[in-house]
Amino acid sequence: MAIKVLKPGLATTVQDLGRPGYYHIGIPLSGGMDRHALVAANLLVGNEEGAAVLEAVFMGPELEFTEDATVAITGAQLPPKLDGEPRETWTSFKVKRGQVLSFDFLKQGARGYIAIAGGIDVPVVLGSRSTYALGALGGFKGRKLEAGDELPVGKAAASVKDGRVVANDLRGLPTAMPTELRVMPGLYWHRITEAAGNDFFADTWKVAPEADRIGYRFKGGKALQFVPREPPFGAGSDPSNITDACYPYGSIQVPGGTEPIVLHRDAVSGGGYFMVGTVISADMDLIGQLQPNTPVRFVKVGMDQALAARKSRAELLGKLRNALT
Amino acid sequence: MTTQQIFSPLPGIFYRRPAPDKPAYKNDGDVVADSDTIGLIEVMKSFNEVKAGTTGKILRFLAENEEAVMAGQPIAEIDV
Repeated sequence: MAIKVLKPGLATTVQDLGRPGYYHIGIPLSGGMDRHALVAANLLVGNEEGAAVLEAVFMGPELEFTEDATVAITGAQLPPKLDGEPRETWTSFKVKRGQVLSFDFLKQGARGYIAIAGGIDVPVVLGSRSTYALGALGGFKGRKLEAGDELPVGKAAASVKDGRVVANDLRGLPTAMPTELRVMPGLYWHRITEAAGNDFFADTWKVAPEADRIGYRFKGGKALQFVPREPPFGAGSDPSNITDACYPYGSIQVPGGTEPIVLHRDAVSGGGYFMVGTVISADMDLIGQLQPNTPVRFVKVGMDQALAARKSRAELLGKLRNALT
Repeated sequence: MTTQQIFSPLPGIFYRRPAPDKPAYKNDGDVVADSDTIGLIEVMKSFNEVKAGTTGKILRFLAENEEAVMAGQPIAEIDV
């Protein structure tokens, strides 16, 4: 069975849980930016948790089904329509052969996950079906979808039910306003003054329109002031530059000291910008659901809080599994 | 004559001009055709054209140049 792409949306890509293990040689993790929502979509349609789905950002695609199927859309409030009739998000529903799945305007969040029973069956590249568009690797021909593409779909599990729903408290979406992203200061934190460090956590930032799968850029906070230094070999004279180093997933670089960028699933793995710290793993999914101009605060945490948050996120996933399997 | 609204398909920054030194695509009172571009939405380092999607006369723009807009936000009113 196949799905015909009538309209691709803005940047719809095939994603699974990603491609860990190659970041040290420059190939990023890739995979869904909101992994919790991706897993939920798969479980709703009876797939393995890490089956390949479509990640649609800000705008849904228009898809024609060539066979009967069961689908579920999770993540952002990107209201699905089947032959123009509204359907619910976070709920599995049947699609008949020849029907067209389209979407209304985005209401909330940023990325919708479209799971189809059987999963999107593109070739596995380095252990994953995820698209890394910048490297033309994986996914559907290494790129975002285009009109006219035909997506292969795998065989659905025998017992796929429609009308299954993920309860509100298991969706793991951001609730606080402004959204709070917990950060462990570190890496090159010593490069900025104490006052600048306090401002970084006190200011309210806004998601910049440039934010994408590579990195989420924020603006609107005060520029960081640097501690004077003698530039080390290879760092150059800009105080925000360092001798080239590895960039962790979730690390926050601040080129020129002005606009922090949180590196996400398709990030480059190294370079010469200093980093003030790292967004904790438990909050990385939330970033994937931030629209441009959303107000955000960075909240300082230590290792104990980061580990507790990771445990609580894992427990949420456990409850989701229990509810759906 | 009925009034219709043109909605932003995306969240981002709305521009009424193709480039800072160019005139606006359309102005209040202009007649537009279905496939005419009335503005751009900047998001994820790309500029996406907003089409009129209908034929008629623009009554007025509801969003300012360089305004941050949400998906589904009305950006112009059009008499069809």
